[in-house]
Amino acid sequence: MAEGVALGARLRRFYRRSEGARGLALLSPTMAIMVTALAAPLGLLALYSFWSQAGYGVDTTPTLAQYAIAVGRPTYRALFYRSLEISATVTLVTVLLAYPMAYFVAFRTGRSKFIWLILLTIPFWTSYLLRVFAWKLILGYNGVINSGLLSLGLIGQPLEFLLYNPFAVVVTLAHAWAPFAILPIYVSLEKIDRSLLEAAADLGDGPIRRFLRITLPLSLPGVIGAAVLIFVPTTGDYVTPALVGGSGGVMISNVIEEQFDKVANWPLGAALAIASMAAVGVATLLFVGAMRAAARSIR
Amino acid sequence: MRKSGRGFGLLLYALFYLALLYVPVLFLPLFSFNDSVFIAFPLHGFTTRWYAQMLADGAMLHALGNSLKVGAITATVSTVLGLLAAKALTRYRVPGGDALLGFTSLPLFIPDIVLGISLLILLNLAGIPMSLLTVVAGHCLICVPFAITVLMSRLDGFDKSLEEASLDLGETGWMTFWRVTFPLALPGIVSSLLLTFIVSFDEFLIAYFLAGSEATLPIYIWGQLRFPYKLPAVLALGALILLASAALVVIAEWVRNIGVKDGKRAVVGA
Repeated sequence: MAEGVALGARLRRFYRRSEGARGLALLSPTMAIMVTALAAPLGLLALYSFWSQAGYGVDTTPTLAQYAIAVGRPTYRALFYRSLEISATVTLVTVLLAYPMAYFVAFRTGRSKFIWLILLTIPFWTSYLLRVFAWKLILGYNGVINSGLLSLGLIGQPLEFLLYNPFAVVVTLAHAWAPFAILPIYVSLEKIDRSLLEAAADLGDGPIRRFLRITLPLSLPGVIGAAVLIFVPTTGDYVTPALVGGSGGVMISNVIEEQFDKVANWPLGAALAIASMAAVGVATLLFVGAMRAAARSIR
Repeated sequence: MRKSGRGFGLLLYALFYLALLYVPVLFLPLFSFNDSVFIAFPLHGFTTRWYAQMLADGAMLHALGNSLKVGAITATVSTVLGLLAAKALTRYRVPGGDALLGFTSLPLFIPDIVLGISLLILLNLAGIPMSLLTVVAGHCLICVPFAITVLMSRLDGFDKSLEEASLDLGETGWMTFWRVTFPLALPGIVSSLLLTFIVSFDEFLIAYFLAGSEATLPIYIWGQLRFPYKLPAVLALGALILLASAALVVIAEWVRNIGVKDGKRAVVGA
């Protein structure tokens, strides 16, 4: 009993003195919520993927059957490839277009920098659904572009290649995710020590050599960050392919959603989700590795 | 001469980029005032009837009420959680702090559909019925990382010795929090409340899985998209939502930078 009291007092003393313990105590509510709402559900998702659907319930005998279907069925495999392909294209387009913009904000805006940053981040916070919907209106058969060109007399009949195909998905995603690319690149450009550029100029390097040998390599972490931040979530995008993709632009998330909705085969949906995350993970690691190697070879 | 020429080209590109970013979205307000059920050129004259039609829709108002409720609760909960975490991570040397911070930002890297279905599985196994509260839980998951980012940068920005002085002068930890930390962090707290509210208010996919028979505003909009004759009213609603979100973002970023020196101002993520 007395020992218990003494132990309690020692624990209290330790708690008061130890920064780490107090920090952890402050962190614990947030962590508890994140573990319950993130780690536990993801664990259960993984568990579910090893079960199988039996009528209205699930059969909890562990099996790899769902993965065999998810990876083996040609339609699903085609969707995996298409999702990765669309996301990779979107990532490339978005990052290439964003780089000069980020460069402009970091080096050329001066006192108006804050205003530029706000203008570039407003779309980031506003409704994703509405931004995607706007593209459906623009690209549609009777949409903004077609009706605009028709009423100007530039085309005789509506262009059909605009909506309901992978092209529409790429355009829409590239637009919707643009703010995600600018910020990481901007941050890495902003961090570059300006005296390095001055030194290079003093030593006779022209603007192009300065860019290729200093600015570009030093901003690569931001480029890689931007690419990952776009590539990973867009492979799992549901809204855009559902609204503008048509049957040719369906992505893996659309079939995952079906398993949890109309088809009601949760184990298969779980396996498709885990398999797609694994595919994205592998692709991302390969990409980051390749980029790092490229960065080393520049220097 | 050559240098200014290059700078001009870049400025032109930047303006073009900005136009590309905004113009597609501006078609929503443009056609919301167009007096035709078809969303196409040429324009047919000015009308506000789509706004009247939208405001008279009971289902829309119900969904709006739901979204406001979910947004308010989500903003409060995630800001409190964010504040605790930000205080811990900026003021104490927490063992494994970086890893824990990385863990909390994980939801930004996981597709929303995966977050949605895995929460659906958890709630289903736990026997918890879907409701607006389960939507709040899902939204907190994606809002906490934003709250932590906003609040950490605010707490990092002011001098730790102010808190130490308060403690040295005999205030308790609790009073120091209320009389020193809280007022200094207040702009960050307001900004975090606004931004997490917007994220929750505009979020569709997670709510779609977790709302059960209830509808939030984005779920309501999603349901309307199937009916072409309802689209003009959706445009009117969308235009108002975009305007409100943009205004809140500007206020949030402005508040967050109150008392921050000109050159040190930043927006979330940069």
